[in-house]
This record gives sequence, structure tokens and C-alpha cells, in this order.
Amino acid sequence: MPKLITGVGCPYCGSSCDDLEVLVSDDETKVLEVHNSCIIGSNLFHHANDPTRPRLPRQRQPDGSIKEIPYEEAIDYFAKTLLAAKKPLIYGFGSTNCEGMSAVGRIAEKAGAVLDNCATICHGPSFLAMFDNGYPSCTLGEAKNRADVVVFWGCNPMHAHPRHTSRYSIFPRGYFTQKGQMQRTVISVDPRETDTAKLADVHLMLDQGHDYELFDAFRTVLKGFDIPETVAGIDRETIKKSVDIMKKAKFCMIFFGMGCTHTDGRNHNIDAAISLTRDLNEHTKCSIMAMRGHYNIAGPGQVWSWQFGFPYCIDLSKGTHAHMNPGETSSIDLAMRDEVDCFVNVGADAGAHFPIQAVQHLKKHPFIAVDPNFCMASEIADLHIPVRIAGVDEPGVVYRMDNVPIQFKAVLKGLPGVPSDEELFDKVYERMCELTRTEPIWLAAKEHRKYPHNTNPVVS
Amino acid sequence: MITQRSIEEGAAMEQGKTNPNYFEACSICEMNPEDMKRLGIWKNTNIRVTSECGSVIVKAIEPTQYCPPGLAHIRQGVWANQVVPPRTQSTGTPQYSGFPVTIEPAPQEKLKTALELVQGAVGLWKGGQ
Repeated sequence: MPKLITGVGCPYCGSSCDDLEVLVSDDETKVLEVHNSCIIGSNLFHHANDPTRPRLPRQRQPDGSIKEIPYEEAIDYFAKTLLAAKKPLIYGFGSTNCEGMSAVGRIAEKAGAVLDNCATICHGPSFLAMFDNGYPSCTLGEAKNRADVVVFWGCNPMHAHPRHTSRYSIFPRGYFTQKGQMQRTVISVDPRETDTAKLADVHLMLDQGHDYELFDAFRTVLKGFDIPETVAGIDRETIKKSVDIMKKAKFCMIFFGMGCTHTDGRNHNIDAAISLTRDLNEHTKCSIMAMRGHYNIAGPGQVWSWQFGFPYCIDLSKGTHAHMNPGETSSIDLAMRDEVDCFVNVGADAGAHFPIQAVQHLKKHPFIAVDPNFCMASEIADLHIPVRIAGVDEPGVVYRMDNVPIQFKAVLKGLPGVPSDEELFDKVYERMCELTRTEPIWLAAKEHRKYPHNTNPVVS
Repeated sequence: MITQRSIEEGAAMEQGKTNPNYFEACSICEMNPEDMKRLGIWKNTNIRVTSECGSVIVKAIEPTQYCPPGLAHIRQGVWANQVVPPRTQSTGTPQYSGFPVTIEPAPQEKLKTALELVQGAVGLWKGGQ
């Protein structure tokens, strides 16, 4: 008899919807139906049924062919490669759970590696702006219950976060927003007329790459000064009208995305957005939020900040303390300067999503991919180690885009013999300790570890 | 040129990057029809997009979401990243959006698969899928 599992979290985008229902076969090995999700989430769960999913590590042979090897051999290769490298780079973690992120931190420390996550090519500039200018943010629940003016600046949730508008930002009825969409005014700022812009009451189709000028014009108008007739391709009256809408809001919510961080200005655009939020708070309530891409990309920012004090671009090669300086210790810059001599790709696909020149530089050295499925990184890697899919056949903690932690469930039994990210990294850590004749103190300190089996759990 | 997400790309990516749907969703360039006319490009024919760091063959289509003249969009993914400049303005984030490109008709050129592009770039491509 098929089993309906409710309250399932979706491991795709930063909306981290936790209201999915998944119908699984009675032996809990197949996903039959997915309810409430968007098409991307549905495809993700169904993809777990793929009978060709790798079950053993795959190592590239000298002739270029691929050979399956046992996990023990792969773990040994992984540990030895990391120890042999002077400065390995461990990158990814958009699509894994916090347990795995924590476990990999100990490996990185042991290997003197650089630890980086997908934020480096995504909301990294947002972090830089937050360090400089603070982050007056809130939760998505507050946005849903309070926001009567919603601004989407350089983001297109209808495509990148398909249920964001229905769960949090435009359509839902909240405590103070009981009329839902009827009560909200939506402003979109985008150089294209995106499907989100089509939903908006006001669309500012700015000249691409001129976000900073437009943010500045908003701030100037807000402070009562005059602006030129046209700024960033938008006429003065439209800017004034938009500022007026934001100023008169009971609660204004600004969401920003890759349109601001991927283009000229980078962190300065976000810096201006945060300043605009602060300025608006002199007139009304206003909050700002980064539209984080992956369901748990806020996770490494949290976990590694507890472990090392920094959210991304963490250089542990000094051996004594962590050092972070994006531009210097960031994955793309390290790759382009040929500063790393080993690359580990975990729960992301650098092969597909890094500029190809960076991939070419990284491929000069040992290249290891840890991923449940075949991807571009796995198909150019020297070693591909399959793991369970966090949120599908492995439970765990994830952080939604507003930094709210959610416990995700597993809906399937994992493939036999395939470890989770956490188990794999704990085994690699243990092997590295054996090879360096050091005590695996981290494993002993983990009270709820899965590997090696804890015979004396601390019960509080 | 800008390269950003689309739901078609996301849905196809979660079916696997060697899936034909991913190829269909991402090996395209959305262009304003006026630009196409000016450059002598027929819709749904192949074009060569060249940036400061490389070039890629993609299929020109009319925008699914309106692009103004002078702006083109390749969906995030393997094809886009053949031309994305890795310069980061010292922030770590490459120039995924807002970089100049040259677009020319290339109706005789063939589109390459994701694997051919990525494995080919690192000397591992041996033909086939």
C-alpha cells in the first residue's frame, strides 16, 4: 500500500517549501506522486527514481575510461589526495544538509583547504554589503503577514523560486494582509519584462547594469532632492511615483537577486539597497531580503560561521586560523590564478555553472566530485563518489533564505551501501587521522554521530 | 548579454544535465526580433555568440520574456558559461550578467551537447553522447 508522507521539505530553491506531500511505494524505494510542489521540485523527487543512479564510486582510469571501485578505496584516495595537496579547494554545498556541511569543515581544517560554497558565485557580493552596511531583514512569515508593498529588484521568482509569490510575497493572505494580492502593490525592477514583472503594478525596465544609479536616485528622491529627467533609462516621474508608493507603505519588503549581484557594481548595488531600506525606515517599516538560490545555501553561511567565523571563501591553509577575503580566497579567483592544487565539488555542479575557463584551470589538478547523480562535474572528475540525496533519501537541517532552520524529512530509503554526505566526510576524516597518526577527536566529540556507530551516546 | 535562471532550465536540470530537455532548455539565446532582423538572423536558427573569453553556438529564439533591443539572454547553464567572463571585480562572483558579446548568424554550425562542451574543454571528449 503506497504511503503518503506529509510536511515534506523541497530540496530545490531557497523558498524551501515545507508543505509538500509525497506518495511513495510501500517499500519506500520509489516516489509515485508529489503534491503541492512546483514542476522543478516534482522533477527533483521523481529523478530519485532513476534506475541508473550511481551506487558505487567511479574512478577515471589513465586511458580515460571509468571504473567502479569500492567505497573504502574511494575514501582512501580522497583522504590521500587531500593530504598530498598543498592548498585544496572544497566547493559546493548548495544542495546538502547542515550535518554534511559541519562534517566537511573538519576535513577542510585537517587538509588546510579553502572552504567555499555556491554563495561565492551567487550572493557573495550580498555578504560583502551586509558586512559593510548591516542587514535589516526579517522572516518570510513577516513578509507574508505584514508587507503591503513588495519590491522585486533584479530577481524573477516566477522562474527561480516558483512558489515564493504564492507562499510568501504576492498572493498569500496574512494576518495584516487579509486580502492577499488585492492588498499588495508590487514593484519590479528588471531590464527584461519577466513573468514577475508582468505581475507587478509598476515595472521599472532599467538599462541593464545601472542598478546602482537607480538605487541612488530612489534615495535622493526619498531625501527630498531633485534628480535628472532620466536615470538608468527610467523617467523622473516613474521613480518619484515608485518612491512614493514605498514611502506610503505600511510595511515595504525589498527582495533582491542575481540581477544585482551578477552585474557591474556587485556588492555596491546591495550596499545601496540596504541604505535605501534604512532610509525608508525613517518614514515607514521596511525590510530587505536576499533571494537565496538553493534550499540550503543559507546553511553553510550559518554552520561555517559557527565553526570558523566566516560564511564563505574560508582559507584554512594557514593552519592556525581561518582567513577570508573574497577576491583572494574565492573559488573563481583561486582557480584563475592557479592557486589550488586539488578541487573537491560537493552538492553543486562547478562543471556546468563555473565559467568554463575556471573549470579548465581546476581540471589541471586532481578533481573529486561528491554528488548523488551524474552531472558535468562528475563527468570530468577523476573520482565521483555518489551519496544520498539530502531531502529525498537523507533527512537533515536546512536553512531557508530567511535563515530560518527547518528539519527536512527523508521520504525514501537510501540506496543500499550509499552513504550520506555526513557519513562519507566522517569516514574521510577518520582515514585522514589514520594516515597522519592523529586522534579523530571530532568524531569522538559528535554525540549523535552515525559513523562510526556511537556506543556511548551522551544522554541528557 | 545576461545569463539568468528560467523555470524551463530548472525543471530540465532536475531531470539530469544529459537529458534532452536540458539541451532544449539551455542551448538557446533569447533576442529581440529587431536585433535579429538587423543582424540577418532567422528565428530558430543557430548563431555564434562570442565574448572576450570564448564563443558558443546556440539557437536564436524570440524572447519568452521580453528583451529590449541590445540585450540578449542565454539561460544559466553549460552553454552560457562558455562565454561568461571569469572576472570578478574582486568579489569572487563572475560577470554572469552585463558583458559585451558579438552575435553573428551561423546557420550551418551544429549545437554541441553539454557533455561535449564541458568534456571537450578539458580534453576528455571522445564522441558519442
